[in-house]
Amino acid sequence: MLNFPRWAVAGILLPLLIGIFCSVPSFMPDSAVEKLPKFMQTRVNLGLDLSGGSHLLLEASTQDVAKQRLTNMEEQVRAELRRGDTKIAIGDISSRDGKLSFMVRNPSEVDAAVERIRPLTQGAGLTGQRDFNVEVVNSSTIVITPTQAGIDNAVKGAMEVATEVIRKRIDEMGTREPTIQQQGDNRIVVQVPGLQNPKALKDLLGQTAKLEFKLVDINANPAEVAQGRAPVGSEVLPYPGNPAGPPVIAVYRQVMVSGEDLTDAQQGYDQRGNAPIVNIRFNGAGGRKFGQVTSQNVNRPFAIILDGKVLSAPNINEPILGGSAQISGNFTVESANQLAIALRSGKLPVALTVVEERTVGPQLGADSIKAGLTASIIAVVAVAAFMFVSYGRFGVYANIAVAINVLVILGVMGILGATLTLPGIAGFVLTIGTAVDANVLIYERIREERRRGRGVVQAIEHGYKEASRTIFEANVTHAIAGGIMLALGSGPVKGFAIVLLIGIATSVFTAVTFTRLLVSRWVRAKRPTEIHI
Amino acid sequence: MKLLKLVPDNTNIGFVKLRHWAFGLTALLTVLAVGATFYKGLNLGVDFVGGLMIEARFQQPPPIDKVRGVVDRLGVGDGSLQQFGDPKTVQIRLPLPEQGGAGAANAIVEKARKALMADFPGVVFSRYDTVSGKVSGELIQNGVLAVMLAVVGIAIFSWFRYEWQFGISTFVAIMHDVLMTLGFFAITQLEFDLTTVAAVLTIVGYSINDKMVIDDRIRENMRKYRKMDMKALIDLSVNETLPRTVMTSVTVLLALGALLLLGGHVLRGFTAAMMLGIIVGTYSSVYVSSSLLISLGLSPATAEKKASKTNIAAQAERTGPRDDGARP
Repeated sequence: MLNFPRWAVAGILLPLLIGIFCSVPSFMPDSAVEKLPKFMQTRVNLGLDLSGGSHLLLEASTQDVAKQRLTNMEEQVRAELRRGDTKIAIGDISSRDGKLSFMVRNPSEVDAAVERIRPLTQGAGLTGQRDFNVEVVNSSTIVITPTQAGIDNAVKGAMEVATEVIRKRIDEMGTREPTIQQQGDNRIVVQVPGLQNPKALKDLLGQTAKLEFKLVDINANPAEVAQGRAPVGSEVLPYPGNPAGPPVIAVYRQVMVSGEDLTDAQQGYDQRGNAPIVNIRFNGAGGRKFGQVTSQNVNRPFAIILDGKVLSAPNINEPILGGSAQISGNFTVESANQLAIALRSGKLPVALTVVEERTVGPQLGADSIKAGLTASIIAVVAVAAFMFVSYGRFGVYANIAVAINVLVILGVMGILGATLTLPGIAGFVLTIGTAVDANVLIYERIREERRRGRGVVQAIEHGYKEASRTIFEANVTHAIAGGIMLALGSGPVKGFAIVLLIGIATSVFTAVTFTRLLVSRWVRAKRPTEIHI
Repeated sequence: MKLLKLVPDNTNIGFVKLRHWAFGLTALLTVLAVGATFYKGLNLGVDFVGGLMIEARFQQPPPIDKVRGVVDRLGVGDGSLQQFGDPKTVQIRLPLPEQGGAGAANAIVEKARKALMADFPGVVFSRYDTVSGKVSGELIQNGVLAVMLAVVGIAIFSWFRYEWQFGISTFVAIMHDVLMTLGFFAITQLEFDLTTVAAVLTIVGYSINDKMVIDDRIRENMRKYRKMDMKALIDLSVNETLPRTVMTSVTVLLALGALLLLGGHVLRGFTAAMMLGIIVGTYSSVYVSSSLLISLGLSPATAEKKASKTNIAAQAERTGPRDDGARP
């Protein structure tokens, strides 16, 4: 038990040395760490509660996605049945209870209509299910019902796009090291360290940024528009900044050009009034369409619509042919800049709401690090002193093990890229307390064995052997608790569990194996006949 | 150098004899804790009830009534205020608006910031959390689930590893620890949030650690002294492990004490809960779980059955402490 062959000594010391080595970057300043080669940048990340910053949990409404799909389907059906030489006349399409239903005017055309609608549906998932079911009810009504697989698929797609769009938007803001992750089916976690103005971030993420240009319906009756009624083919939209009359306006349903045709958007200034505006540039197709529509509608107004609200409705003074245009509409420099970023990064396929936010100011974070550090140091000193007065030389061995353990935990966290949070520091301090528990178990056992009259070497051997089993068992159960925290916990609980689990693993190694090596060296060198423990 | 020994050698305290008193006291305290939890309720943080929590740091210790006035005038619902940490820091809790989601919560934070800035120049929001009702519901569910799973998981582990009596006694003792911690939070009205759940889980983990050590010793002694009376055997085991139990509790309390005094106000509730848990856990290891084994009818015969399966039973029958041929 006390004999260590050379390879075993190497096997014990090597991982410890690697661990200690990997903990070094955590103590170095930023600038020095950046100069290290990539694989040596094993540094503990600071959680938002220590570095300051914002944590946002965004949720997409799945109902919203389902509704949008239904609307798209409705448009597709209408377009499909009107297309070509053989038009099929249908009644109004109702979209109640999350499904579409409509009558086919001529019952003999029902089958033909179904034939034409079927190809609009797509396969969803691996089960061979379609994303919509098309049925005929009462021989003349066609019902189109979205399937669950289809909705799930659509939500999945929308979330992937949304995550990408958010990443682009945050990158455009120039924040450092954001974390953007999808969580569950319909959530996205955004973590931005050291953010000065979380409000700007939230405003940016809250915008869907769906941009549309539509012609204003100048023939609509203003009195009816004010009451929310529009002529056929037009719709009434809110227009908060309307300089003439009520905050609504009637526009044609047909979209002239949409945000999808943009290649660039930049904040700029109006030539006359120096008011902030957004300069946009269309791609080839968009530019051509915009040029064509503006040529045909000179001296008529068009509406610039963002997320269903009209920003402004300028007059078309002359055809706009260059493929670029300006968006005006009561902007501040900040809000114009935000819109430009949002337009550049594309529209979100689904609206997101913030369901959880945690923001910590940089000052509190710095205070917490300082307090945590002080507490850790005092804890180590207090425990070390207590171990020394209780077990003498053996206490010192335990203390060396604890000191190495602290570094190795940091090293392992660095290798794993784990994040140290404030509760993580508490986990650290607790680990310091419990790490010596293994040593206490061993030493108390040695004391017992000595009292029973065993010789020094035998007592030490027995102490380590008997206590190791207990230590293993106790730590397994402790790890069960830690594992559950890691699996189920969120935020602070997780940060705590990571440190606890790493600490359990490393402390068994340092407190049992490593101290045994130290003790055996001493025993073999001195061959003591009496031990002070 | 004379080494410190918190517990003298060869103690022989009759823990088992005291068990009826201990059970009575434990039951009484547990009932009180549960009663307090129901009667006073827990001061649940925004993590669990949803809402808005702002921690504002003022230049000077502010008159709390004046701050309350400002918050009330915001017209965003019933606010609650609390001095937090040092006198310059005030925690403001507000309900989350029913509608409007992100923008609305954001607007309230900005509104509060402006209003407070007007009356108290230099005030800083050192942190703020907004949690929607839906998320808080999930958090509370996950928290309860985590604690239950941990307790049950560990009880099952010790049942498989040892006899079923160990599983039950461990389960009872840990439930006792958890309930006492809840009672502590109900009585002190310290905020109960996500970090507190981590504290409760840690208490569970630590307490189990403690019980495992004693259970392990009981098992070991059951194999060694097969004819020994169960009461004496448990007393012997608890006494043998007593120095370790006390030593470890003291080292952990030392470490946590440093954290309580120096670790900053954010962690104070968390640390206080853990310190209480360590003390309660140590008590329940000694008085509740071990003594309960007797009431559950643990006997060497049951142990033998299980032991013979794993074939680690001692070969010789002994009726007293072994001497293994070692000289005293």
